[in-house]
Amino acid sequence: MTDKILLAHGSGGRLAHQLVEREFVKALANPLLAKLDDSAVFEIEGRLAFTTDSYTVSPIFFPGGDIGKLAVCGTVNDLAMSGAKPLYLSLAFIIEEGLSQKELSQIVVSIQKAAQEAGVKIITGDTKVVNRGSADRLFINTAGIGIIPEGVDISGSNARPGDKVILSGAIGEHGIAVLSRREGLSFSTDLESDCAPLAKLVMEMLAASPNIHCLRDPTRGGLATTLNELATQSRVGIMIEEEKVPAREEVLAACEMLGLDPLYIANEGKLIAIVSAEDAERVLSAMSRNHYGKEAAIIGEVTTKHPGRVVMKTSLGTTRIVDMLVGDPLPRIC
Amino acid sequence: MCLAIPALIKSITDKEAEVEIGGITRRISLELTPEARVGDYAIVHTGYAINTLDQEEARETLRLLEEIATVGEEAG
Amino acid sequence: MKFLTEFRNPELAGRLISQIHRQSQTKARFMEFCGGHTVTVFRYGIRQALPKTLEMVSGPGCPVCVTANADLDKAIALSQISNVIITTFGDMLKVPGSHSSLQEARACGADVRIVYSTIDALKIATENPDRSVVFLGIGFETTAPTVAASILRAREKGIRNYHVLSMHKLCPPSIRAILDSGEVRLEGLICPGHVSTIIGSHPWESVALDYRIPCVIAGFEPLDILQCISMLVAQVEKREARVEIAYRRGVRPEGNTEALRIMEQVFEPRPAQWRGLGEIIGSGLKLKREYEQFDAELAFNIATKPAQEPEGCICGEILRGVKIPLDCALFSKVCTPEHPIGPCMVSSEGSCAAYYTYGGSIDG
Repeated sequence: MTDKILLAHGSGGRLAHQLVEREFVKALANPLLAKLDDSAVFEIEGRLAFTTDSYTVSPIFFPGGDIGKLAVCGTVNDLAMSGAKPLYLSLAFIIEEGLSQKELSQIVVSIQKAAQEAGVKIITGDTKVVNRGSADRLFINTAGIGIIPEGVDISGSNARPGDKVILSGAIGEHGIAVLSRREGLSFSTDLESDCAPLAKLVMEMLAASPNIHCLRDPTRGGLATTLNELATQSRVGIMIEEEKVPAREEVLAACEMLGLDPLYIANEGKLIAIVSAEDAERVLSAMSRNHYGKEAAIIGEVTTKHPGRVVMKTSLGTTRIVDMLVGDPLPRIC
Repeated sequence: MCLAIPALIKSITDKEAEVEIGGITRRISLELTPEARVGDYAIVHTGYAINTLDQEEARETLRLLEEIATVGEEAG
Repeated sequence: MKFLTEFRNPELAGRLISQIHRQSQTKARFMEFCGGHTVTVFRYGIRQALPKTLEMVSGPGCPVCVTANADLDKAIALSQISNVIITTFGDMLKVPGSHSSLQEARACGADVRIVYSTIDALKIATENPDRSVVFLGIGFETTAPTVAASILRAREKGIRNYHVLSMHKLCPPSIRAILDSGEVRLEGLICPGHVSTIIGSHPWESVALDYRIPCVIAGFEPLDILQCISMLVAQVEKREARVEIAYRRGVRPEGNTEALRIMEQVFEPRPAQWRGLGEIIGSGLKLKREYEQFDAELAFNIATKPAQEPEGCICGEILRGVKIPLDCALFSKVCTPEHPIGPCMVSSEGSCAAYYTYGGSIDG
């Protein structure tokens, strides 16, 4: 038997069933998934959060993770950013024929580990296999459901002047880790993607204060883009200080080399919290006790000035505007 | 045309060097700077060293800047 | 990071800014010619920190911005030849040519790959012996020697499927063309740092002499720019017009003689089309005859339609320093970084992109 995924594996026949049983059901073991009905059926009470995402990262294996871990963490984090406790995920694979079974297994193991850490169950899924060239090795689509505890009201439009802006840790690690493996740009580094599930961190933050107004994870487009989104949604200005934004030396060095701005590089295990001024220190304390928040810092505040814009006090002491990212950050020579 | 950064030369093999900047490392070419030695800082542009950075001049520049700033302050 | 962070010292920067305020009595306009300088000035908010007596203007120092549509069209035409792999610096990907861009060509199936170095391009050529690899040679005297070195290496190693499309340009001729046009009144030049690392300070001597204009060669960190401005102001106040090297740790008066030798071994000057400046004699580089097997223009039949300039785009005047992006009717309305009309918006160090990203009024 070949060790590669074939078109037949996606066609619903015997090979497909074997793949699903052996690879997915066994590894992701839970009663709902094992039933293998067309839909997973369950009861839930409460205010629900629902999200969907697709993952197309290339390369599919990168330092610190793979597309599977990314898919679980990304979905869990989207739910957590609404203040929800994530419960169930769906998982759909679009596999390019020719992907090795070994690599697929590795990814499923990653998914299982990430799901376990995040405390979620993957209860329904789908598998398709497409012709060579129709998908870049593997695409994953997910949907996620979570429950929002009573009294929690978190939204991008809730930021108020005077609130503090908290960042949970160093920026740019995911984007640079992935770039370090791209052909034509490779350099050696110990840097790993910061890909991580943040649901527990968020629960601990919510326990510390009822005055968390906004939560968002700065993924594509980086810190700068996400702050701009919040400033626009809430119709407020945001002022941050460059010196207060944590960043690893390796990330800064890689950005220098390639001509990139770390403010625009993707993060997959960080969050921004906008919190009322009185509770900021308490939330920060709670964050620093969690593994994924130990480098958390207050990086700025919300203001009535320049609504909709993000302004930064540079390390030089001067001020400049930080705009949203447009397009992909491309390495440059100039 | 301009993006070039100072990187520390850690080792040299033939006309190539392994350089380090801020914890990341990369192989670069020394074809344009045959005089470069291990321990030098190279100015690296698109994977080539275009010059070795003169560390003494660097220190001198910082001293000069300090002087410029101070002279003006003393003059009032 | 060594030799970077020291030159970003905020305390020293603040004091230098105060010093410039004290020094500057005479109104003066300085041109920062190099895109890297434009980015530093904007990224660190230096423009806003300078006294009202000083004005900064951006010149045509962004090699992407000055690449003429005709050249872009050639690169795109090459990308559409079935066996060809285009290797390019990231800067070029989104630049609009007359009808398309490399990014669009890639979306339509062209094999276009971003590389950090010609060394990576050579590697791709070695790994794909049955394909033709074309490297898009852009950049000034900083980059041309590296491309020349890659051609020498290809010859040495017998790599036959590596070609270069030379769109390289030389700096001093373009500065002269701007000064000759007399369109913009300048009292000082912030000379490009890394170009000067290669060519040294001597080529600027005749510019200072002929045009009676102070020329100070600057590095790229904020303190470097401030030092340069301080030195220019000192010359302006004393009515001097000399060449000075502020970037002493990176530039020797004689330049990098080995790099110059290699560049002159492979390339020779020829006229070149500059967007916004038209044709300038002796301002471009072409592969010499003995290296013509590596010349993409000769190796492939490139058929292009006549080049067109986009309507309403005033990149040319912006590059010459006569207008600023805010003067352009298209700026930020039609022409944005996500939908650029002209190259000054595409290149992250182009004036329009810099204005768009960093230059918005903080109170507006």
